[in-house]
Amino acid sequence: MTQKSVMVFIEQSDAKIADVSLELVCRAKALADPLNVPVEAVAVGYGMSDQLDVLGHYGCDTVYCVEDKRLAHFTSVPYAKIAAGIIKKYKPQIVLFGATTNGRDVAPRIASELKCGLTADCTELKIGEYRIKDHVWKKTLMQIRPAFGGNIIATIVSPESMPSMATVREGVMKMSRPDPSRKVKIQKEKCEIADSDFPTEVIEVVRKESKVDLKSAKIIVSAGMGVSTPEAMQKVRELADVLGAEIGCSRAVVDAGLLCSDHQVGQTGTTVRPNLYIACGISGQIQHRAGMAESKRIIAINSDPNAPIFEIAHYGIVGDVNDVVPKMINAYKAKA
Amino acid sequence: MGLKMIVLVKQVPDTHHVTTDTMKSDGTVNRADLPAIMNPEDLNALEEALRIKETVGGTVTAMTMGPPKAVEVLRECLYRGADDVILLSDRRFAGADTLATSYALKCAIEKVGKYDLILCGRQAIDGDTAQVGPQTAEKLGINQLTYVSKVIEVGKKKITVRRSMDRGYEVVRSAYPVLLTIAAEANEPRSPSVKRVMAYKNITSQRDDFYDASYLHPNRKEGCRCIREWNVESIEADPKLCGISGSPTKVKKIENVVLTTQDSKQIENTESAIRGLIQQLIKEHIIG
Repeated sequence: MTQKSVMVFIEQSDAKIADVSLELVCRAKALADPLNVPVEAVAVGYGMSDQLDVLGHYGCDTVYCVEDKRLAHFTSVPYAKIAAGIIKKYKPQIVLFGATTNGRDVAPRIASELKCGLTADCTELKIGEYRIKDHVWKKTLMQIRPAFGGNIIATIVSPESMPSMATVREGVMKMSRPDPSRKVKIQKEKCEIADSDFPTEVIEVVRKESKVDLKSAKIIVSAGMGVSTPEAMQKVRELADVLGAEIGCSRAVVDAGLLCSDHQVGQTGTTVRPNLYIACGISGQIQHRAGMAESKRIIAINSDPNAPIFEIAHYGIVGDVNDVVPKMINAYKAKA
Repeated sequence: MGLKMIVLVKQVPDTHHVTTDTMKSDGTVNRADLPAIMNPEDLNALEEALRIKETVGGTVTAMTMGPPKAVEVLRECLYRGADDVILLSDRRFAGADTLATSYALKCAIEKVGKYDLILCGRQAIDGDTAQVGPQTAEKLGINQLTYVSKVIEVGKKKITVRRSMDRGYEVVRSAYPVLLTIAAEANEPRSPSVKRVMAYKNITSQRDDFYDASYLHPNRKEGCRCIREWNVESIEADPKLCGISGSPTKVKKIENVVLTTQDSKQIENTESAIRGLIQQLIKEHIIG
C-alpha cells in the first residue's frame, strides 16, 4: 500500500511520544482525508515500540519503526539517513516534522538528501490548488508562515517536490480527541547504518524543565517593548502575581535581553491559547499574533492607538502600561 | 596545529524597517528597499571562528552569497579579523531557496578546498529557517552540530560543544571536518578594529576564477588584497541547480493579513472603566 501518504516524523520527549508529534498526526489526518490517502509515521530511536499505540488513537495508520541501541539518543547524521531511507522507500507526498531543536536539525538534512522543498515553522497547512501558466496542481500542500520578521504572511508551495516537507512548532496544531479503539500498524524496519555514520559522540545530556509554563497557563500577562523599563516590568510582574498568571513576552523583549526565550510567545516562541491574554505594550506584529490570536479573551494595553494588537483585542485600552496596569491591580484587589 | 575555518555569512534586510514597497510582485524581496545589515548570529559565528584562531591558530575565510552590495558584510568580516573573504555573486544565484543556496555554498566551499570547520549563524532574521547550515553540511557529506551555545574544547582532532535544546542542553563531540551553527548566547561579538577599518574600508571585489589555496597561508603578511568574486562558472556549479530553477519551494502569495476580532471594545483609561472590565471578567470566570 503506497498511496503517497501524509507522513509524520515522530519524536520522543521524556520517554514518551512528544506532544508535537501527536499534534502533527492530527493535522496529517486532516490533510490525508480529502486526499484519500493514509497517515503514516516514521519513528527512529531505541526501546519505544511499546509507546507507539497512541499514534493510532490520533489517526495514524502505519508507523515504520527503526530501533537500534546506537539510536538511543538523537544525533543528526544517522537519524537523517534512516528517515530519508524510509521516505525513499514508502514515497509519502507530505512529511511533517516538529519544529523542535532536533526536528529543525534533521529536517533540512533530509530535505537536502532528497532534494525536496522544506518550509520552516508553518502556522497553517492545507491542501489547495496551485497554477503557474498552464500548469495546474489540483491538490498540493499550502505551507503558510509568517516571514520577514513577521511583517508578512507567505504561502509557500513545492508542487514538483516529492515529498513536500514542513516543520511546525509545538502547540500550533490542535490535538483532536483520541479514539483508544483505533489501532496503528507497527512495521519494524531494519537499521542498516554503519558505525561510521555516527560521527557525533554524546557526552552529556542535561534536561532542564523550564519554570515557565505558557502552554497550560490559563492567564498570561505579556510584555512588549512598551515595557522596556525595570519599573514597568515590575508592574507587569505584579499584575501577573495577583492574577496567578504566567509571564509572556514578545520577541523584541527577548532580543533586548529583558526576559529569557522561555517566555516568548509567537511564531518562533510558544503558541498559546489561554482564557485571558493581557498584552502590555505589545505592538502586535504578525509574528506575535500568530502565537496568541486564539486566546479566548485578549486585553491590549498600548499608548499607540494604531498599534495592530488592537485589531485582534477584545478589549483595547489606549494608555501607558505604567498608568493602566496599576489601575488593573487596584481594581482586582478591591474586588478580591 | 591550526584550523582552516570557513564562516558563512548573510546580508539581511533589517526586518524592523519593512515597508509596503519591500515585496516584489513575484513574492521575492526587494532588498534595495531596506537597510541591509550583517545577520546578527553570523557575527557570533565569525566571533567564534576568530576566538578559535586566537586559541589554536588557523585561518578564517568568510563567504557570502548575494548581490554585489553584499561586499559590505564581507568588509565587516575583514574589519573584525577575517583573513580572506569571498563573494558569490551571479544573477543565476538569485531567488534561491535554502536548497539552491546550500548547493551553491557547497560548490564554493569545495573550491576553497581543505577545511576543518564551517561556522554559520543559527538562523537568519529574514527567513528564520535555520536550514542552510544543515543542508550545506549534508551536501558536503560532513557532520553538523546545530544550536551551539558554547564551544567547550577545540582539540587537535575533535571539537566539543554545548548545544542548547528545547529543554536543557547536551554536550557533544565531533571530529573535523564539521559544520557548526552558532547561537547568539555563545559569545559577545567584537567591534571592528579601527586599524583594520582603515586598511579595508576601500577594498573592492574582483573577479577571480583562479583561486589559489596557498593564498591562505597563515604566515602571509600582506593581508587580504581584494574581495574575491565568484560566479556560477568559477565554482563549477550546475546553473540548473542554482537560483530559482534549483529551488523546489515557490512563493504562492504574500499577504498582509489583518486579523480582526468581531467584538472589539474600547475601554477608557479610567479607574471606573477598568474596574468595570475586571468585574466583568471575574463574573465570567475568566479570572478568579
